[in-house]
Amino acid sequence: METGYILKARGITKSFPGVKALADVDFSLRKGEIHALMGENGAGKSTLIKALTGVFPKDAGQIWLNGAEISPRTPLEAQQIGISTVYQEVNLCDNLTVAENIFSGRYPRKFGLIDWDKVYRRSEEMLAALELRIDVRQPLSHYSVAVQQMVAIARAVDISNGILILDEPTSSLDANEVKQLFNVMRKLKDKGMGIVFVTHFLDQVYEVTDRITVLRNGSLIGEYATKDLPKTELVSRMIGREWTESQESKTAADTVDDVFLQASGLGKKGSVERIDLTVNKGEVLGLAGLLGSGRTETAKLLFGIDKADSGVLTIGGEEFALMNPKKAITKGIGFTPEDRKVAGIVGELTIRENIALALQAQRGLFSFISVRKQKEIAQKYIEMLQIKTPGTEQKVENLSGGNQQKVILARWLATRPKLLILDEPTRGIDVGSKSEIRRLIRELAADGMSIVFISAELEEMVQCCDRIIVLRDRMKIGEVRGADMEENNIMRLIAEGANGYGESNGLGA
Amino acid sequence: MNRLTPRISHNNIVILATLLLLIVLYGAGSVQYTGFFSLQVFLNLFIDNAYLIIVATGMAFVIISGGIDLSVASLVALVSMVSGDLFAHGANAGTVVAASLALGIAFGAGQGYLIYRFQLHPWIVTLAGMFLARGISFLISSESIVITNETYVKLSQHKIHVWGQNFVSVSVLIALAVVIAVLLVAKFTFFGRAVYAMGGNEKSAALMGLPIARTTVLVYTLSGFCSALGGIVFTLYTLSGYSLHLMGMEMEAIAACVIGGILLTGGFGYLIGPMLGVLCTGIIQTIIMFQGTLSSWWTKIAIGLLLFLFMALQRVIVMRKEKSRNPVSSMNSPNSENKIVNL
Repeated sequence: METGYILKARGITKSFPGVKALADVDFSLRKGEIHALMGENGAGKSTLIKALTGVFPKDAGQIWLNGAEISPRTPLEAQQIGISTVYQEVNLCDNLTVAENIFSGRYPRKFGLIDWDKVYRRSEEMLAALELRIDVRQPLSHYSVAVQQMVAIARAVDISNGILILDEPTSSLDANEVKQLFNVMRKLKDKGMGIVFVTHFLDQVYEVTDRITVLRNGSLIGEYATKDLPKTELVSRMIGREWTESQESKTAADTVDDVFLQASGLGKKGSVERIDLTVNKGEVLGLAGLLGSGRTETAKLLFGIDKADSGVLTIGGEEFALMNPKKAITKGIGFTPEDRKVAGIVGELTIRENIALALQAQRGLFSFISVRKQKEIAQKYIEMLQIKTPGTEQKVENLSGGNQQKVILARWLATRPKLLILDEPTRGIDVGSKSEIRRLIRELAADGMSIVFISAELEEMVQCCDRIIVLRDRMKIGEVRGADMEENNIMRLIAEGANGYGESNGLGA
Repeated sequence: MNRLTPRISHNNIVILATLLLLIVLYGAGSVQYTGFFSLQVFLNLFIDNAYLIIVATGMAFVIISGGIDLSVASLVALVSMVSGDLFAHGANAGTVVAASLALGIAFGAGQGYLIYRFQLHPWIVTLAGMFLARGISFLISSESIVITNETYVKLSQHKIHVWGQNFVSVSVLIALAVVIAVLLVAKFTFFGRAVYAMGGNEKSAALMGLPIARTTVLVYTLSGFCSALGGIVFTLYTLSGYSLHLMGMEMEAIAACVIGGILLTGGFGYLIGPMLGVLCTGIIQTIIMFQGTLSSWWTKIAIGLLLFLFMALQRVIVMRKEKSRNPVSSMNSPNSENKIVNL
């Protein structure tokens, strides 16, 4: 066994009923490196990590940690030998204090009892090492997701035996928080720690990692030094075909200004300040801004999840002072919130049932839709959206993130909405699915549906939208379209506000 | 004892509300009725409710872990019956106490094992346990058994003087010992913290490497033990075994927990709470007794109204927490504490 390796895995194989999730995959992690694990949804990244960390047993293969063969059967066993994982969703108990979350299950003891002084002191030290200075005696629920994630990392680092696995840690962080996380990762790397980093953000991979392992359809494609693998190469290895960005180019902007929805002075105290916007028929309107800029809040006001305390909404010529989701749905508006798990995807139900839910709600609870009809509808959308599944009767929880997102989309599409509000539909899903969803959005718009699209990635907003409203600090600070709709312009708007930007955005703050 | 003060603010609010209620009720009683404001009346609250304090404290642990234990009242009755029967067969007090505790521990552990092993809902398992324990007591005898064992009689009549002529019973000391022990267990042992973690988020607790299986079994074992101990104390109190003892008392225990600020959804609560809850209901009972003309059912009515009030209070707190937790709306507000400090 060579030295310098912390973790080595060979021939890892794992099958689930009907699917070979991992086939003979090798993986190795060196001391003091950040190693990206890349692949589309369903490529086997999660499965590999779960096999390494004992969430479920592997069918075949061997794993060595610091030269000794290991075979953890539970996450607990994996932690005890020093492999700890920070998951996308923070897996801590937010009713407990920060300090408890760091030390839960392994409290220092004095005379057989928990030594709380030491717990608090050590937690403070550990978080300070990650440049986080918070009150460790507060319940975790008191803090933002970003802080919670740092706490999870602090715990993981303390448990670990030189190895840290970060499973999509950045998907719910904003740019600054990501920067902070990367600083911490680099610091840990300098201390000789090996970090496995799973992410969907290509830029982040190139910013912070040293090596990349690419998986596709459960097989190992290869391991590369990050600096030797151009981005386009990486993408084509991940999706297994040549990458052509042009496949989602827009139809020329022949926007007929046929207004579907108009908001004037729409606002809510502490949420968004009086926003004016219009959504035209067959148009994709983007809401751009940093996390917390008010983009999600605006969407919620439009759909009536949050109650506006000022302004008027006009939909199809009808005025509404107060919107609520039920009214919005009857007016033909659909909304997919940013968090899939909260978005009302019912994991226990099948694809067919999930799609039928919205239809049933629309048609009334007592109108009967036969299973055959439901299957037909589900099948139609599975084909249309290219949902990867064995059939309509697959439980949604067994699908990958991207495909779950498509089911949510299908569910709304089945109700034939006139306006669809998509809040981060591409978050946490792979490059291929992202581009499919963008293509789909364009197609829907071409068919005359209006779409409000929110994404954290400006690049994809520019590709996808006809018009983008830029928000900052809960205010609309500008609107760009046509030739002005360019990443740099939008970034400048976000960075500088409306003042630094002149003529073309007549609707500035 | 600073370490024992809870830091989860909502605990404080409910506990404070309960304390306030205690003081108001006690004050109202004292103003209204002569003789109410005496130390012995206050001590009687403990004497009359010692068994309930013990049982409710065990119940609180189960509720904090995210479960429920409906078998407690039946178990108390069963222990009283088993004690009566053993004494009738000539057993000595030591044997009876040991047998009672062993019965409670085995019963609780069994329920915990079933709940964990077959992933059954605690409502179902402990409901079955409730019927089972009650049924077995009837099997022993449907008549009430009077206990004449010398040690038990002596223990039951023993007065421990606190101040002048005022006294408490042995049971009160046992109850207070249980409350203190449980407080310490909750705060200073791995098991205690695991119970809170599990009640907060069982999946996370498992991923943090906490022994869910052991904790589940232990928490029901603890409740079984408390029920048995409550059974012994109750047997001392009544000096009889009877299958129909304390029908529906499990609900009183749950009510005491709720009034004492134990959140029914698990993960939150301070273990002094159930005792305060029991004292609240005890005071209401005392007031109605002093009043003299009201039927004792008014106690139930008052407790019912109190429960509504406290449930509403808890719900409001939880809703406010949820609101303040919305990460997107709180992350960037300037005065939020949510920011990573040195960005």
